[in-house]
Amino acid sequence: MTHPQQQAVLTAAGIHKRFGALVVLDAVDFTMEADEAVGIVGPNGAGKTTLLSVLSGAFPPSSGTVRFKGGDVTALPATRRCRLGLVRTHQVPKPFGGMTTFENVFVAASHGAGLGRDEAYEEALGSLKLCGMLGVANRRAETLGLLDRKRLELARALAARPTLLLLDEIGGGLTDGEAGELVDTIKELRRRKIGIVWIEHIVHVLLQVAERLICMDAGKIIADGEPQAVMADPQVIHAYLGGGPK
Amino acid sequence: MSAVSSSPVIERGTATSRIAAVAVAIIIALLAVAPQFLSAGAVDRMTALFIYAILAAMWNALAGFGGLVSVGQQVFFGLGAYFAIRLADAGLNPFAALFVSAVVVGAVSWPLSLFMLRLRNGEFAIGMWVIAALTHLLVNLDRLVQGETGTSLISLNVYHAGTRRVTIYWLALASMTALLAVLFGLLRGSTGAAIRAIRDNEDAAASVGVRVTGTKRLLFVLAAFGIGVAGALWLATSITFQPKTYFNVQWTAYMIFMVLVGGIGTFEGAILGALVFFLIETWFGGTGVWYLVGLGATAVLFSLFLPRGLWGTIEERFGLRLLPVGYRVRLPEHPATPLNDEAPSPERTTQHQEKA
Repeated sequence: MTHPQQQAVLTAAGIHKRFGALVVLDAVDFTMEADEAVGIVGPNGAGKTTLLSVLSGAFPPSSGTVRFKGGDVTALPATRRCRLGLVRTHQVPKPFGGMTTFENVFVAASHGAGLGRDEAYEEALGSLKLCGMLGVANRRAETLGLLDRKRLELARALAARPTLLLLDEIGGGLTDGEAGELVDTIKELRRRKIGIVWIEHIVHVLLQVAERLICMDAGKIIADGEPQAVMADPQVIHAYLGGGPK
Repeated sequence: MSAVSSSPVIERGTATSRIAAVAVAIIIALLAVAPQFLSAGAVDRMTALFIYAILAAMWNALAGFGGLVSVGQQVFFGLGAYFAIRLADAGLNPFAALFVSAVVVGAVSWPLSLFMLRLRNGEFAIGMWVIAALTHLLVNLDRLVQGETGTSLISLNVYHAGTRRVTIYWLALASMTALLAVLFGLLRGSTGAAIRAIRDNEDAAASVGVRVTGTKRLLFVLAAFGIGVAGALWLATSITFQPKTYFNVQWTAYMIFMVLVGGIGTFEGAILGALVFFLIETWFGGTGVWYLVGLGATAVLFSLFLPRGLWGTIEERFGLRLLPVGYRVRLPEHPATPLNDEAPSPERTTQHQEKA
């Protein structure tokens, strides 16, 4: 199932990330195909968000290489990776507070996707519509509530026209109905052949989309494969519930 | 596409803003012929107003739109004047020297930006002040300037006083118009959206493909150029060049005052702030120290009670936008889903409650 030697769109090899003495990522290897939906689970502090940041270029790894679409992007900043089609959302939403919702998304369409004005308008409106945000298009982003801020993260990333989308806990704190809408949106992205890496604590939501599941713990990948098999893995159960026989 | 007959429309202007554009053109035309009807003193005062407008607009672009708060912008004001002195001394026509000087200021600001833009927030603000103080000392070392004694743009004296006054007035008016137009075009375009995105969250801007450093550099160099023009024009009106007058932090204090009072982050606000500052100076400038006390008190009162400044408050209260740089989405009329952008949540909530 997971031997994508030839079509691998994203490869991270031997990734270490240290903050001072703290080792957050410890020899992580990660590979995925262009048209794949990978879920990442793991307890708090497992290094999930750090892995996403290294993949997206928010900061460089201490060692290791990241390859995207066949090229070495380890030294490329986030801006360049975004323009190549590798786009992330943020766990703690980072809206452009002084700009309207539409303007937030327009920036991504215009700069991330590199579209001309009219195309960028269309792309931005399309993203807002898909994420159900047209009604708040003219609101200053700083006036949005947490739910809308999370939606905005997704809408903004989408407007950059990613080939691979890295989602960091966009489902946290959602009601069942809202989570359902989110899953529908993500499924629509899958129909558009956008690859997904999704970090999420709400496993039952994640499993509606993920075709493959990775579990991280203490900076390492401890399980990788078919979702049900990963969830049944004793090491995964141990990492989540603690104690018990290892 | 035809199926979606009622798709949303992006609006850049409003009916008011289209009238405002015409009004701006008329005002500029009137200002261009005004010297014929104004006294010599009034022409000089108006020239000062144009220079203030340039200063306010540049600092507003830098800080209000780009988030680059600097308290050292006097460095470019001083250099604008200094390079003009130098170029005129080398034999260049003094009027030409004013603008070549500003180009040199812009060119100098580029290498400066390489290390200054690595600093963030407070570090950048204070770092710029340090650069200004340092540059002031370096300029003092120039024999031509004779330390704090200063020198003059003597070559301007070959022109008749009346001609000189009106020429400088027109140059100042033309510079203000051109610089404001360039700034407006930049801020209204997609680069302007990138500039505001960087101000609001640099990391997020980078993550959606905005070239953060390059965009900041463009803004920094443009502001340096504009303030360089202002410094050179100020030299032309006052003839004398004393480094401590030009490299004085008061120039940046004035810029901050104008922008805070007028409304930071709105294009109209900086212009309004320049006008307010000009009027205060005209009416109370002769009162010495109390004038400065008054300026300080006004700034404090504004930051406490009208933090968005005069124009920011007007914009918020009345939804008035004369020179808008933003984008509004107009949604198609649809009775089933009332989407009023002014107050969406309360209205929608009420509707739901009524149904329930």
